[in-house]
Amino acid sequence: MRELSQHILDLAENGLQAGARHIEVAIDEDLVQNRLTIRVADDGRGMDAAMLQRVTDPFFTTRTTRRVGLGLPLLKAAAERCNGGLTITSQPGMGTTVVATFQHDHLDRAPLGDLPGTLLGILLYDACGDLSYRHRRRASTLAVRGEQVFEFDTAAMRQELGEVPLTHPQVRAWLEEFLAEGFASLREAQAGAGALPR
Amino acid sequence: MPKLKSLEELRKLRDQVQEDLTTRVETTTTITVGMGTCGIAAGARDTMRAILEELRKRDINAHVATVGCIGMCVREPLVDIEQGKEPRVTYGNITADKVARLIEEHLVQGRVVDEWAVGRLAR
Repeated sequence: MRELSQHILDLAENGLQAGARHIEVAIDEDLVQNRLTIRVADDGRGMDAAMLQRVTDPFFTTRTTRRVGLGLPLLKAAAERCNGGLTITSQPGMGTTVVATFQHDHLDRAPLGDLPGTLLGILLYDACGDLSYRHRRRASTLAVRGEQVFEFDTAAMRQELGEVPLTHPQVRAWLEEFLAEGFASLREAQAGAGALPR
Repeated sequence: MPKLKSLEELRKLRDQVQEDLTTRVETTTTITVGMGTCGIAAGARDTMRAILEELRKRDINAHVATVGCIGMCVREPLVDIEQGKEPRVTYGNITADKVARLIEEHLVQGRVVDEWAVGRLAR
């Protein structure tokens, strides 16, 4: 995948296909520690220990249409290529959590990419439940503006919207603007004096 | 959590839209974009964005949904269009740049784009 946000979409789709009603996405960009951590958790049907062992094998999939499942193996390779790794925890009936870590400034680290597009893609899934998103960008140890956080929860949005669906065209347009503003605010996280821009 | 201002905006939107919901005719058009790993890698997310943008520009009301892999990975991004009682048509290799023509010819002019169609489901 050319962007890490495409991996996030892929993980969320895995969860939704496993019957998840709630997806959590958390991104932590720590430029001080030089780590990028991506966490996607779902409350779907989960996996037993035997499946968990096989899930990063590219020739393992739960689909019946093909005999390859490349999403997790590709993400694992991408993380390990950047001095990071992939951890997957899951239990039957308890959902699945995938955590991928990367060295933030690694030359081979793909960009995060189009996150608004990814989040809209998750919300348009035919049987989508709720999405909780939290994105922290820590550019320095400055007390003021060294760190910015953008977070939202679609459950709160649905409460305000009543029976109007998130997929209504006017709500979709509002969401696009909301996401654009939120991600712009993350870029305001400032590095300290003398720090190299990243 | 969204700021207070944003929640208020959603509340206002709900009031505006509720009136609209009762008067607007429910759409019978559904556009489905394949969003399995193969689809995502082939650019389906950008295709989906282009579809949303095209619908917005033309003020066309249609459901847009995503689904997982159906097994025709080599033809991703795959886009299905179902319109009323018309047969469901599956289009293959629909990258974002093809979306404008697809919407214009299939949705607006009512003509299937044969050169891109990979299958049709009779109803």
